Amino acid sequence: MSAKFDLNDDGVVVVIGSGAGGGVLANELAQKGISVVCLEAGGRHLPQDYQNDEWGSFGQISWLDARTTSGDWRVAKDFSGLPSWIVKAVGGSTVHWAGASLRFQEHEFKAKTVYGEVNGANLLDWPIGLSELEPYYDKAEKKLGVTRTNDIPGLPGNNNYKVFEAGAKKLGYKQVHTGRMAINSQPRDGRTACQQVGFCFQGCKFGAKWSSAYVDIPQGEATGNLEVRTNAHVLKIEHDKKGKVTGVVYADKDGNQHLQKARIVSVAGNSIESPRLLLNSASTMFPDGLANSSGQVGRNYMRHMTASVYASFEKPVRFWRGTTMAGIITDESRHDPSRGFVGGYELETLALGVPFMAAFLNPGGWGREFAAAMDTYENMAGMWIVGEDMPQETNRITLNHAVKDQYGLPAPNVHFDEHPNDVAMRNHAWRQGAALYDSVGATQTYPTPPYPSTHNLGTNRMSAKARDGVVNKWGQTHDISNLFVSDGSQFTTGASENPTLTIVTLAIRQADYIAKQMAAKSI
Amino acid sequence: MKKIITSKGISRRDLLKGCITVGAGLAVGAGFVAGSTAVWAMETKHVTPNEMATLIQMSRDIYPHDNIGDQYYAAAVKGFDSAESKDRVEAGVAALDAAAQGNGFANYLSVPWEADRANILRGMEQSAFFQTMRGNLVTGLYNNKEVWPFFGYEGESYSKGGYINRGFDDITWV
Ligand SMILES: Cc1cc2nc3c(=O)[nH]c(=O)nc-3n(C[C@H](O)[C@H](O)[C@H](O)COP(=O)(O)OP(=O)(O)OC[C@H]3O[C@@H](n4cnc5c(N)ncnc54)[C@H](O)[C@@H]3O)c2cc1C
Ligand code: SF4
Repeated sequence: MSAKFDLNDDGVVVVIGSGAGGGVLANELAQKGISVVCLEAGGRHLPQDYQNDEWGSFGQISWLDARTTSGDWRVAKDFSGLPSWIVKAVGGSTVHWAGASLRFQEHEFKAKTVYGEVNGANLLDWPIGLSELEPYYDKAEKKLGVTRTNDIPGLPGNNNYKVFEAGAKKLGYKQVHTGRMAINSQPRDGRTACQQVGFCFQGCKFGAKWSSAYVDIPQGEATGNLEVRTNAHVLKIEHDKKGKVTGVVYADKDGNQHLQKARIVSVAGNSIESPRLLLNSASTMFPDGLANSSGQVGRNYMRHMTASVYASFEKPVRFWRGTTMAGIITDESRHDPSRGFVGGYELETLALGVPFMAAFLNPGGWGREFAAAMDTYENMAGMWIVGEDMPQETNRITLNHAVKDQYGLPAPNVHFDEHPNDVAMRNHAWRQGAALYDSVGATQTYPTPPYPSTHNLGTNRMSAKARDGVVNKWGQTHDISNLFVSDGSQFTTGASENPTLTIVTLAIRQADYIAKQMAAKSI
Repeated sequence: MKKIITSKGISRRDLLKGCITVGAGLAVGAGFVAGSTAVWAMETKHVTPNEMATLIQMSRDIYPHDNIGDQYYAAAVKGFDSAESKDRVEAGVAALDAAAQGNGFANYLSVPWEADRANILRGMEQSAFFQTMRGNLVTGLYNNKEVWPFFGYEGESYSKGGYINRGFDDITWV
């Protein structure tokens, strides 16, 4: 039974957002008997509502509030009002995510030490290392049912994977398999096995893929300790004279505003909304926004170095059939500066339907060259490139006072300039991807530029010292002891792996910490 | 596709009577555009049939798929036949025709080679008119379920139980 808490109940933990970070934290706290109110800006959509239709699904649950862009990244030109692809719904972006679930590597927690000074990069070591996270990675992999962990078999390879694997072997790559995926390869946790539907990005109608929308949120609600309020958009976090947060103001679906009191507030609105909310909560006591004594709130925005390679072949591939991203090569994710850049990248299979392929293959492209590529759609294979990008202080989320959202609040501007390291890594990956497909007979390869960001990281980063970042190693803000950050904005650096397993890991660990601190009455 | 897209129910014979053939395969009559073989036709209310024919040709030149009939391009630009788009269409087509004249042709529709039409378009690639047309086509053409079969794309698969028993790993050539 879902709980129901009073607006004046100042003993609750308020969690803002119900995605990978917020949804997991809310459930984990509820499991420990802690009262939680989770405020989610979007509505509740479950597998029966998901659509096997790319634009239909996008229109149904994407975050489409006003946003602006600047900087030299191509997204600012091609998709100026859509810097990122994020979900506004219970479950957040875990509704759309593909399920790739990888642990970070040891050295990636120590980017500054291992990579050394990189011009223009604001590198910093994480205040934690792999060994500290390992027990929590174990828990996260169990929760998500990650394939190739806990004796769960890998998924079968689809057509796109077959081409990818054959090319990987020809090229001499050693580590290629169907991925560590939060997708059931066999029935587990009351959910069915993957039916190879091929619309993982549109929400899994079979529920084979883990999502906090239909796993953690209902589990938390079943404890009687969690109340999820949908269509509850948080506008501001309030604080008292001592500088402790006291509650949050949110708008309900009719636009009416309410104040929910709180003992603790956790921000998990993804890396654009979380810093924006802290900035929009500025007061006379905190004129630069909450938890911003370092000036780092909103800075060091990372989106991963991304790109894709598609290729056409003489014969059909029909790559849209089956799991969207169950295929990975990890050979390039090592740190090996002899390649001309620091950090590494992963290659992962990817397929888009005709509607998204038309929009993303070469945004703005047209004419016979573009149409000829589309004409080979049935014979295409594809991969996504995801690598570590450099944190830069000037890549940041700021408030754009010239553009207002539906509540009259300044919209976030997302500024991103590419670092030369990002560019060098992308060029390397494009070459490798094309060589892979050429080795199995591609007639044409397409180096495709980045899409609107699906991985948004770093804008409230973790640091050992208060002056270098926004939160400590528990995600607790350096400045305000009862204010936490629980999403990917905590990331000190981005690593080469897809982020969600680490977001979930940090949320499970943070729940332990919060419970202990509450029990000790220290917050 | 033996389909006539018109709300007036004009017969195919009526259609071809008094038509002027323009461009590659388009016929323009009073208040409508048709395929020159009259297998489809589209009535226009706000823009002229000649303007609509130009938009259809321009759409094909932006995304030239030789196995996709004009009726799909027509469906993609149909929305521009509205009171609010009327002036923009008129100005846009006038600009296209002027550019064609600058290259020694009577108007855009009378430019015989695609490469020459594409050149004209490239010259106005940055214009709001071109960008609106291209942007609209990305969904107007490629998000039309009826064109997906031309690309081999199968669309929705949940109702068929996914591909687990329907060939998710059926290729044998690798
Ligand atoms: C198409 C796609 C594919 C992806 N594939 C993968 C993958 O394979 N592997 C991987 O690791 N990652 C993947 N990701 C990324 C993954 O989805 C995100 O990393 C993850 O969901 C981020 O978690 P989060 O908690 O930071 O934010 P989210 O999961 O986005 O949740 C944020 C929630 O907060 C809510 N919210 C925001 N602001 C407010 C507010 N002011 N008030 C109330 N609620 C608010 C939002 O509505 C949303 O529900 C993918 C993403 C996309 C879009
Ligand atoms: S392919 Fe598998 S995981 Fe993806 S949507 Fe279909 S059933 Fe779900």
